[in-house]
Amino acid sequence: MSILHLVSKSPYERNNLDTCVDFVRDGDAVLLIEDGVYAAVKGGAAAAKLQGLADVSVLGGDLAARGFAVDKLADGVKVVDYADFVDMVEAKDKVQSWL
Amino acid sequence: MKLTIQINEGPYQHQSSDSAYYFTKAALGKGHEIFRVFFYHDGVNNGTRLTTPPQDDRNIVNRWSELAEQHGLDLVVCVAAAQRRGIVDDGEAKRNGKDATNIAPGFRISGLGQLVEGAIQSDRLVVFGD
Amino acid sequence: MSEIKKFLYVNRKAPYGTIYAWESLEVVLIGAAFEQDVSLAFLDDGVYQLTKDQDTNGIGMKNFSPTYSALGDYEVTKIFVEKESLEERGLSLDDLQHLTWEDEDEDWAEKDSIRLVSRAEMAEIMADQDMLFNF
Repeated sequence: MSILHLVSKSPYERNNLDTCVDFVRDGDAVLLIEDGVYAAVKGGAAAAKLQGLADVSVLGGDLAARGFAVDKLADGVKVVDYADFVDMVEAKDKVQSWL
Repeated sequence: MKLTIQINEGPYQHQSSDSAYYFTKAALGKGHEIFRVFFYHDGVNNGTRLTTPPQDDRNIVNRWSELAEQHGLDLVVCVAAAQRRGIVDDGEAKRNGKDATNIAPGFRISGLGQLVEGAIQSDRLVVFGD
Repeated sequence: MSEIKKFLYVNRKAPYGTIYAWESLEVVLIGAAFEQDVSLAFLDDGVYQLTKDQDTNGIGMKNFSPTYSALGDYEVTKIFVEKESLEERGLSLDDLQHLTWEDEDEDWAEKDSIRLVSRAEMAEIMADQDMLFNF
């Protein structure tokens, strides 16, 4: 069964993203929200950890709040809004919040 | 889709309550059913009516009360967590000998069973926390 | 009646420094009455919740670790502990409480509740659940 993985903390502050990445399986999606969006900034050490993942998104509002334009994102990362977030919750079988 | 939302952190200290609010609003906007919003740990602090945030900032507590009234939401504050942190309604004040209540409109205090029931009855449980 | 759901309570935080470990255990205990298919996962700093010999006298907090040994009585018999998390922290199963449950189908034979699993196995366990609780 598929999982929507939510990461809300900075990868430079916590190990949540590190652990999350080990748990992502085929068919899962990862959504970075709040401070979690920092992982997707191009050139950051954490961006490399997202490389192998097929489906990574960031909440656009959280990215913009933190001063990053979409062109600063690592390749392949999608920008979504809260309506998309809701759709993603529905599309996967369950949600794992990496707190 | 029937959703139960869990909020683990208090207003302003963490972004959790904000994120949960916008998620809940978006879900309602798409016609989904919010079975329950359950406030646990410091999340119970979202249920006090005594906050006075700065005028130029969002009023997190009132926002939840208004959303609850608009959509008939069930906002539940966990009783054990509330007792620890001082969120009190009439029943709790009487039971525990408190001389005041502070629960915000639209919120009710109830047991952890409400969270478990939410998980059983809903299609998805979405947790916002630290 | 609704079908039984598979619940996984995910524990990734150490005890005492924050309240999450204790308040998540409270959910498990209350939740037991709802007769779902319950499992507990301990990984990352969550493995610290299960250490033996916790003595909280010096910090004036309630030692809630004995509660874990009562889980068997609440029919919580599947406690998954992640091997990599233990090793990373220099711990082994010997450092953890020995948690057991009594199988009434086998003449109340005492069985181990803790199952040591790899991270890969834990990921499979998580994928197999219906609802994931995080604190």
